[in-house]
Amino acid sequence: MNELPQQLVNGLLLGSMYGLVAIGYTMVYGIVQLINFAHGEIFMTGAFGALTVYVYVLPDGTSMAIALPLMLFGAVMVSVTVAVGAERFAYRPLRNAPRLAPLITAIGLSLALQQAVWAWYPEAKSARVFPQIEGGPFEIGSVTIQTGDIFLLVAAPISMAVLAYFVMKTRTGRGMQATAQDPDTAKLMGVNTDRIIVIAFALGAAFAAIGAVAYGLKYGQIDFRMGFILGLKAFTAAVLGGIGNIYGAMIGGVVLGIAETLATAYIADIPGMEQFGSQSWADVWAFVLLILVLLLRPQGLLGERVADRA
Amino acid sequence: MRQRSLIAITAALSAGALTLTACGSRDSGGDKGSDSGGTVVTIGVDAPLTGDLSALGLGIKNSVDLAANTANKQKFVEGVTFKIVAKDDQAQPSAGQQNATALVADKSVLGVVGPLNSSVAESMQKVFDDAKLVEVSPANTNPALTQGTDWAKTKKRPYTSYFRTATTDAIQGPFAAQYVYNDAKKKKVFVIDDKKTYGAGLAATFTAEFKKLGGKVVGTQHINPDAKDFSAVATEVKNSGADVVYYGGEYPQAGPLSKQIKDAGAKIPLVGGDGIYAEDFIKLAGSGASGDLATSVGAPVEDLPSAKEFVANYKAANYKEDYAAYGGYSYDSAWSIIEAVKKVVDDNGGKLPDDARAKVTAAVQNVSFDGVTGKVSFDEFGDATNKQLTVYAVENGAWKAVKSGTYSG
Repeated sequence: MNELPQQLVNGLLLGSMYGLVAIGYTMVYGIVQLINFAHGEIFMTGAFGALTVYVYVLPDGTSMAIALPLMLFGAVMVSVTVAVGAERFAYRPLRNAPRLAPLITAIGLSLALQQAVWAWYPEAKSARVFPQIEGGPFEIGSVTIQTGDIFLLVAAPISMAVLAYFVMKTRTGRGMQATAQDPDTAKLMGVNTDRIIVIAFALGAAFAAIGAVAYGLKYGQIDFRMGFILGLKAFTAAVLGGIGNIYGAMIGGVVLGIAETLATAYIADIPGMEQFGSQSWADVWAFVLLILVLLLRPQGLLGERVADRA
Repeated sequence: MRQRSLIAITAALSAGALTLTACGSRDSGGDKGSDSGGTVVTIGVDAPLTGDLSALGLGIKNSVDLAANTANKQKFVEGVTFKIVAKDDQAQPSAGQQNATALVADKSVLGVVGPLNSSVAESMQKVFDDAKLVEVSPANTNPALTQGTDWAKTKKRPYTSYFRTATTDAIQGPFAAQYVYNDAKKKKVFVIDDKKTYGAGLAATFTAEFKKLGGKVVGTQHINPDAKDFSAVATEVKNSGADVVYYGGEYPQAGPLSKQIKDAGAKIPLVGGDGIYAEDFIKLAGSGASGDLATSVGAPVEDLPSAKEFVANYKAANYKEDYAAYGGYSYDSAWSIIEAVKKVVDDNGGKLPDDARAKVTAAVQNVSFDGVTGKVSFDEFGDATNKQLTVYAVENGAWKAVKSGTYSG
């Protein structure tokens, strides 16, 4: 049986999740040139926000049709609050400090958020079970799609389209583009750059929260460390697609997800490569791909304006 | 303004840091036990107390604590009060080695129970051996720890201070293979491991025996223990035509792996070792886990008459966490150290000698008593002489013992 279509779908799903999180890295970088390493933890708090709504707010046995929108709302609220709080109290005071200071702050914040959830969220010291959508898997030809994955398949493109519309067509979106190009001039032209920066953080967090709900539905469990590895992968996806470019984040995510999946499934079939083919090597191949792309196209797949930023 | 907010952040951060330190030190407290004066002997515990594997690690810590309290209550060793110091290794070899160094530096520590992970044990063995401090693991199953890296050909004990009450994978893997092939009648296996000392070793001993019996390995994969997405592996399993999956590794990965394999459409059981024999496995694997199998060391604790008392005492002590897979073995590990301390104290006219650590290590080699898990004694390699194993299956959301026995050639 040909497993390629199924593996491509597996990769697409994994990649869409990377993409949703990568948008947060890329938007914040595009506007304030800060790599927000706490973004993976903002993603994680979103998942716990959704879980809180389901377990502690809604009555037991609420159907997922009603619960899911509310969980999504809870996730977005928590993520956005954490992100805006981080911007206000951890990053804004360091806006004019040397570039390394906010970077280290971000790493510290990432650890602090992880440990805070570990210490204070009930029973979060090991993985917690995330509610699942009922209903069997769907078979399309030789491809099986889980019920929980349908959320991701629908949410990722819609989120992307909404974001594109927002950035291109609305006044605030154009303000963001202006701030990204030149914050000082944008300020002189009457753009409230502080507000734009907060919006960038909030939007990135909202997308991470959608990704976090998708993660919970897909894997059925969340834990306080879930954001760390996923955050690194999403950051990689953002660089792969061209950091600062929102379409690049999505494309980079999907390329990375498919590369990992195909490496797991097919490298071992190449004669002489058996020992490099297992899933534990998939990350290695994904990063080989990243290095090759950066060697040939240092700005990433869709990146355009890195040169004037260096 | 800038100044003020900086101060606010510093204050917030230091408050956070203080809270975190408080969390850390809470774990290393342990019960002081009620005096009775005289010498205080500390039993160190090293296990993952936080993170994915904490369900197993906390069971170990509590069981050792119970052993120490029982010895104190019975005044088992006249003039000696036992207390425990628990260290968190987060299942990381580097953290384990730091803990080992810290335990060696604490002069009142005369024995250590732990760790959970074979890979962590590897990093600790030399530190303890140099200090002649005895280490008894309730859970390590990798054969190389006691029989040297060449254990399949020539057995040679690398460290004389290391003992374990658990059975080795040299027995566990083949035992699982025999059950899967002869009893469950599965002939085509897909073998997956996590490349760690424990998982890879277990998968290798299983594979060797399964092939010897006439079974076929239709595929192999090594997963990344940090990953949660095993969909690519699951698709491969489905298309390989395997009728059973063997996984060498632990439940944080085994749970999602089992779920994703079943989701992909392969309704075949996942079989693992003692690393997946935990309540959390069933929680993480979800409803599809029914029929999954695990082997674990020893007979089921609840069935042994010797264990009834342990289970009752454990319940009476009101520990927050379950004793989990290694509770009985941890209690026996701690008790073998307590027995050894008693012997050393008795031989020295009622008080501890100056070279107590070396003497305790020598005494552990010769202990023999009826413990929670049966007769506890050690062979010339430091392995338990009790080599019982049990197969468990998931039924209605709980592990049920299916078959107990020992592996014979």
